[in-house]
Amino acid sequence: MKRFAFATVSTLAVVAGSSVVAEPQAEVLHWWTSGGEAKSVAVLQEEFASNGGTWTDMPVAGGGGDAAMTALRARVLAGNAPTAVQLKGPAIQEWYEEGVLADISSVAEAEGWAEVLPASIAGHMMCEGTWCAAPVNVHRIDWIWANADILAANDIEMPSTWEEFNAAAEKLQAAGVIPLAHGGQSWQDATVFEAVALGLGGPEFYQKALVDLDPEALTSDTMIQVFDQMRTMRGYVDENFSGRDWNLATAMVMNGEAAFQIMGDWAKGEFLAAGKKPGEDFLCASTPGDGYLYNVDSFAMFEVEGDDNRAGQELLAKLIVAPNFQEVFNLNKGSIPARTDVALDAFDICAKISAEDMGSTSAGGSLLPSYAHGMALRGSQAGAITDVVTAHFNSDMSSADAVQQLADAVANSY
Amino acid sequence: MSEWLENHLPKVVLAPSFIAVLIFVYGFIGWTAWVSLTRSKLLPKYEIHGFIQYERLFDSPRWDTAINNLYIFGALFIVIAMVLGLLLAILLDQKIRVEGAIRTIYLYPMALSMIVTGTAWKWILNPGLGIESMVQGWGFPNFEFDWLVNPDYAIYTIVLAAIWQSSGFVMALFLAGLRSVDGEIIKAAQVDGIPTWRIYTAIIIPSMAPIFLSAFIVLAHLAIKSFDLVIALTGGGPGYATDLPATYMYAMAFSRGDIGQAASSAMIMMLVVFAIVVPYLYSELRAKND
Repeated sequence: MKRFAFATVSTLAVVAGSSVVAEPQAEVLHWWTSGGEAKSVAVLQEEFASNGGTWTDMPVAGGGGDAAMTALRARVLAGNAPTAVQLKGPAIQEWYEEGVLADISSVAEAEGWAEVLPASIAGHMMCEGTWCAAPVNVHRIDWIWANADILAANDIEMPSTWEEFNAAAEKLQAAGVIPLAHGGQSWQDATVFEAVALGLGGPEFYQKALVDLDPEALTSDTMIQVFDQMRTMRGYVDENFSGRDWNLATAMVMNGEAAFQIMGDWAKGEFLAAGKKPGEDFLCASTPGDGYLYNVDSFAMFEVEGDDNRAGQELLAKLIVAPNFQEVFNLNKGSIPARTDVALDAFDICAKISAEDMGSTSAGGSLLPSYAHGMALRGSQAGAITDVVTAHFNSDMSSADAVQQLADAVANSY
Repeated sequence: MSEWLENHLPKVVLAPSFIAVLIFVYGFIGWTAWVSLTRSKLLPKYEIHGFIQYERLFDSPRWDTAINNLYIFGALFIVIAMVLGLLLAILLDQKIRVEGAIRTIYLYPMALSMIVTGTAWKWILNPGLGIESMVQGWGFPNFEFDWLVNPDYAIYTIVLAAIWQSSGFVMALFLAGLRSVDGEIIKAAQVDGIPTWRIYTAIIIPSMAPIFLSAFIVLAHLAIKSFDLVIALTGGGPGYATDLPATYMYAMAFSRGDIGQAASSAMIMMLVVFAIVVPYLYSELRAKND
């Protein structure tokens, strides 16, 4: 009897609670499960809880998000989508076209997102004019990292053109140092490829070829030069690179086995975790050429039912873009805030360069989405290009053949 | 009641699994066939668009590589594993000492998962860590064994690891077959002074035909659905040089959000399996009816 009474009372309490004030609820699907990333998400969880919300964590590890996407697909097909999902780039639009994303314009307008986000990054967060996602951070892709001691010992400056890079690499090779630390996984090949394409072709060429997929640009002489440079760089990689993980390549630079690595700014996290100092032990610079390739992580907001869930969604969106979270999260993750009005005093020199370049390239129109990291193109197009890039890099295919295959693969990917 | 139960019990017991197989095997084969005719991308769609996905599939150089790799891998893996298994079985059949222990040793690789096999061989074959660096360390600086990182040879490393894993199992199959041959016939042949190798080639091996067929079927379906070994050993690389149809399908379905393409490649894989299994079933059923 006592138990029955207790159960009745608590049921009543729950019913009363939910009908009077909608307590913010959010179920968040993400794949930030490793050390620094998990810590970064915990920051958001705490903030959400201290604002009176109930956070239901749904981390799905594995496969660089593939496993999470499979879980998401099942949830959406079952008509039970999570409140917010870690999604980025054109994938947001793809899900929008399935008719499952929510409109969070009211939050975005109240918080003035349009004024504080760079225009091209804000574009990714909008679905046909309404806001449907909230940006978390900006990773820069076109970084070149170097071991400061090796460069000093061989009297080499950070290269500002690809010719200088090649000259430096020849010199290093003669001195018995591996010029370029690289891991032979297709996405790493693609990362180097897009940095070379941006550097040799310039922002306009990059936009035409790898964002608009203009067939003329894909088969142009510039693209042949890009593949030629890839072939040259294949010679600067040690013979043991196949299948190597990116962080092992970073370790090669750290340990002085190799001089350079071309990799997004998550590589900085590896250097810092090993106690290396930017500017002293390792150097960071953008890869030769103009422009800025970004990879913006974001949370897409899915259509949910119930006032409590919608309240949770709005609170979450507000907190994600708020300056406090943007600063704390990005200090943990090694990236920079997506909003431009966050003070950068606590950030390191590489992050400051990144933020400064983001501002200047945004004004100059050369702030561009990374194709290799799923910001510029949809999965099947990006995959088709990566197939050709990695096949070329790992064989003796000629640049002319590669360019032809590139055009065919893109045409075949729709 | 009890009489009804007696008559119908087998059907009642089998019904759940029958229904489950009907839905989850044949139902989903039908569903995949349907989706392979649509332009499904991120989520399945059901509007038929003809054979567009199959056209895309056969235009894709990566699929060409995957199918060629399947031929190379399948043929070498099946033939070598069977020859090696048979050889080991015959050697073990010579009434040697500690046969039990040796048999267990050869059978043990089968107890490992393909992921473990793949990871172990990845380190063994890695030029900077494994055999190549070891032999170079012994004072042969020109020794080269870089199959794992050489796109033209990487597929053979998968053959190597798969054979290492499976030939012990094939050996066990053949050993059972050898033991089931009637000892009287062999003794009679020995009395007639027929040399041992003739006994094997003319009497024992021909009488093991059904075992060959079973071994072939087991190895063939292992080859076609091979996935975990490739993922662990090469990750499909260098480039996509060691892609197999199964890894292609996975990439399309789960990494690229191209479900229609994945479905069409799954259908082709199924047709390949059918091409092997149907003649087998046909011959089995005919044998029973005779």
